[in-house]
Amino acid sequence: MTDSSYDAIIIGAGHNGLVCASYLAKSGRKVLVLEAAAQPGGAAATREFAPGFKVSSGAHLLTQLNPDVASDLALEQHGLQFAARDLKTVALDAGGSHLTFNGAKVDGVSAEDQAAYAAFYKQNLRFAKVLNGFFSRRPPNMVDRSWGDNLSMLKLGWDLRTLGKEDMQDLLRVGLINIYDVATEHFSSELLQAAVSMDGVLGSHMGPRSPNTVYGYLYRHLSDFYGMTGPAVVQGGMGALGAAFAAAATAAGVEIRCDSPVAKVTMEDCRATGVTLASGERIAARSVISNADPKTTFNRLVGYPQLDAGFARRVHNFRARGVAAKLHLALDALPAFSGLDAAMVGERLLLAPDMDYIERAFNHAKYGEYSEAPAMEINIPTVHDQSLAPEGKHVLSAIVQFAPYELKVGWETGAEAFKAIVLDKLEAYAPGIKSQLVAAELSTPRDLEAEFGMTGGHWHHGELALDQALMMRPMPGANQYATPVPGLYLCGAGAHPGGGVMGLAGRNAAQAVIKQEKAA
Amino acid sequence: MKKYDAIVIGAGHNGLCNAAYLAKAGLDVLVLERNAYIGGATVSRELHEGWKYSNCSYVCSLLRPEIARDLELPRHGLQVIPYHGGVTFSRDGDYFGNYGDHERQYREMARHSVRDANAYDRFSADVMKQTKLIRKYLMTTPPDPTSFKPRDIKGLLDLAESFTDMGEEGLLDTLRFWTMSIGDYLDEYFETDLIKAHMAGSGIIGTALGVYSPGTAYVLLHHYMGDVDGSVGAWGFARGGMGAVAGALEKSFKSFGGEVVCNADVHRVIVRNGRAVGVALADGTEYHADNVVSNLDPKRTFLECFDESDLPADVVHRAKNFKIRGSSGKLNIALDGLPTFPALPKGSPLMLTDMHCIDSMERLERAYDDWKAGTWSQDPYIDMLIPSQVDPTMTEPGKHMMTVFVQYCPPKLADGEWTPEKRDAFGQVVIDQIAQHSPDFKDLILHAEIRTPNEIDNEVGLTEGNIFQGELTFDQLLFNRPFPGYAQYRGPVQGMYMCGSGTHPGGGVMAAPGANAAREILMDLKRPNVVPESYLDD
Repeated sequence: MTDSSYDAIIIGAGHNGLVCASYLAKSGRKVLVLEAAAQPGGAAATREFAPGFKVSSGAHLLTQLNPDVASDLALEQHGLQFAARDLKTVALDAGGSHLTFNGAKVDGVSAEDQAAYAAFYKQNLRFAKVLNGFFSRRPPNMVDRSWGDNLSMLKLGWDLRTLGKEDMQDLLRVGLINIYDVATEHFSSELLQAAVSMDGVLGSHMGPRSPNTVYGYLYRHLSDFYGMTGPAVVQGGMGALGAAFAAAATAAGVEIRCDSPVAKVTMEDCRATGVTLASGERIAARSVISNADPKTTFNRLVGYPQLDAGFARRVHNFRARGVAAKLHLALDALPAFSGLDAAMVGERLLLAPDMDYIERAFNHAKYGEYSEAPAMEINIPTVHDQSLAPEGKHVLSAIVQFAPYELKVGWETGAEAFKAIVLDKLEAYAPGIKSQLVAAELSTPRDLEAEFGMTGGHWHHGELALDQALMMRPMPGANQYATPVPGLYLCGAGAHPGGGVMGLAGRNAAQAVIKQEKAA
Repeated sequence: MKKYDAIVIGAGHNGLCNAAYLAKAGLDVLVLERNAYIGGATVSRELHEGWKYSNCSYVCSLLRPEIARDLELPRHGLQVIPYHGGVTFSRDGDYFGNYGDHERQYREMARHSVRDANAYDRFSADVMKQTKLIRKYLMTTPPDPTSFKPRDIKGLLDLAESFTDMGEEGLLDTLRFWTMSIGDYLDEYFETDLIKAHMAGSGIIGTALGVYSPGTAYVLLHHYMGDVDGSVGAWGFARGGMGAVAGALEKSFKSFGGEVVCNADVHRVIVRNGRAVGVALADGTEYHADNVVSNLDPKRTFLECFDESDLPADVVHRAKNFKIRGSSGKLNIALDGLPTFPALPKGSPLMLTDMHCIDSMERLERAYDDWKAGTWSQDPYIDMLIPSQVDPTMTEPGKHMMTVFVQYCPPKLADGEWTPEKRDAFGQVVIDQIAQHSPDFKDLILHAEIRTPNEIDNEVGLTEGNIFQGELTFDQLLFNRPFPGYAQYRGPVQGMYMCGSGTHPGGGVMAAPGANAAREILMDLKRPNVVPESYLDD
């Protein structure tokens, strides 16, 4: 055992780990962050995937970064720059009559749909306020309530009441239902319905008809409440954001060690007392905070033998089956999408003609097959940031659904076939794009798991279904960042509120650690 | 012209139960039924000479015992013959059986997987916890979370208390149970596909969702929360078919001086100065009353029986958005003899129980995909029973009656309207599936009544053929059923009430909505309550 000892060790330099580290360091603690990869940032990463072509290989757009976290860490001072902000969203139509979303405005649909969308958008803003309030705090215990828990419950109750009767009733209703029904109730344009549904299912093992997808939509649209009318493109790719988080942490006094994979959480009389690195080096700390996903944390780093059977079973039952693949294209020219003004190619493009199309794409995932007609969220960052590709050349990044982690035929054989399907689908909307290809890479959930160490390649570290959300996230017994293992905490996307580069899980976890240590 | 204290639209089991309680309290009550026969979806009909069909609902469990006792249904001719368990045949010629007897149950499970056999007690205990919780609220009016009335605040506090009584983990597990899919829930206990497929059926019966759709775990309860002779979760046949339930309720109602008129198709609720004052039939006949109670589903009630101008805008809006998709079909089959199922040992008690033919979760989920695509399942989930084995009143000795519930069957087809040809094609799919497990089945068929949601809608009057009068998803349960703000049985118009399965606690031949509605009506009329509020439980 080395004599080096820390107040807190954080396993994993993902953005939540770095956020958590920064807040703990600001509280005067001696903090060490251990990262297995060569650079910090986790899934906020930029990687060269073809000579001269770089891409955000994990998250590719910044959607819902919590503004309080961003300002507390002064990310912009630490190098965060936006190549573009408030991107519009374009719902692509094969025929060329696309829809364009800009905040509460949507062009290309009937006046009725425009009005309906504006009302829908405004109501979701009010809902987002309630959600953000709840996401910004430790999820309350409802039975063994602490003073803080009572406060959280009161705050939630108050936020709900102040919504007004109609809104509250609507929220209680839509909270659990599916985006398919809600979109059908509000809109008549199929393309508009599909675009709304996409925001409900992106990143999750759900189709538009799956209950809970309205929750997924509201979760994603926190961004509206954060004052972003659309996602942002980070200068230098998302890796630059990871670097900014790391710089902020370092400035706060955090020590970051890369290339240092953790093998085990060291346990002494049933308490976490530090970590053991793959190298065999042991480092002691008062608290160990894991930014790794719950399955990795409890199954691999702690080990089921250290847990009681009931809790081990809960970990085993935690669902983390990624269904989103990443497509990375190196292009020797800017692709042209039929009927889309060249000035719009840099916006956020959605490829999903109607809700049934997305549902059918999802059906395959249920049976371990990839979609025969996949849905995509597409972005071409090089329109805004030439640094990612040689002069005049371009990079296309897309989230492609559905590509189940467990593919019946196996990804070794399936990946190429699926890539071909995806490229053909793109070609249909952007004729000639295949002839512009310099290189094409498809990262399946298995690849994402390997690259970022996320179980199941799931960017939320686990399904964001309601039975694994809020007070149930990730699982009873570990739902307040503290875990059944004294001295061990969770701070990643697997904890409340969940994934997406938001930073709240990391911040809430830091507060929970400070609270717990005070109490002890 | 005569003026009644109350008119009940529809002689379904809830309408009759509601009417019986109002009459018991001394009100002068008239029940109007569109069909020539009473019962709604709890009927026995002779559609083939010498055979009685329970041609909608087909087994009995949820009927609240306190109501049966209170209204003396046994004295009025209701006799329930209990049975235990069920069976699912697998494609490889094997089967999984569910037995009432615990030891036998364990052995049968262990035959497929010892791990699953050992998990079963944990599963049963956990489901029973949820069942006990929900049973408490079957015979009560749900509190309104947006109201500040002392009664509602007390209701919410009671609700909160019974939650906190479960402890932190118990509470979280309950929330998980209500939001989970039956598939994910079963995955947490069992490994054997056949066993999961057998149990998952209860999560999708009558529901336009798949076994992996969140929210279906809760639907399971609607098949576990009943009881027969005090044994919770047990099921039984109503002797003489489900019509016996409606028949007994009608006799009870009449014994309190109630009046039933059939062939009375209510066309409109008459509203004067914002108050319901009676109803008008399609033929123009009018009946007047101080109160009008609708046993119809929310869509039929508000979108067909009211002038939109008589209703608040939000009610029309919510009625339009009310989810009531039909997803089930039904076959009623007259058989020349008892079909054999070679998979079962001779004389197996499982012949008397629910029999199923889908042996994997994937097949169940794919059956749902067909529904989503706007066609009936090519490989449907079926629940078949042969009540004539224990109920000699269904048909003559030696002959048999089989009831087959089918999931999924859509109310609207992707390729246009339902036609008799399409209906028969749907029926054939079901018959073929059964024949795969019973070689002599087809030759024994003398007559088959095939019902798609289309028939159920037109003949029974359930919109889109939804057997629960509205989906049992959480957004339409408790204080959200049928709509937020209208979950306490009172309609948006003074003197107008709802008493159907579209209200809390929902569908199934339970009669609780009818009873709860009666309690609220008597409260408004300042009459002493005659409706049991407590629930009989161990």
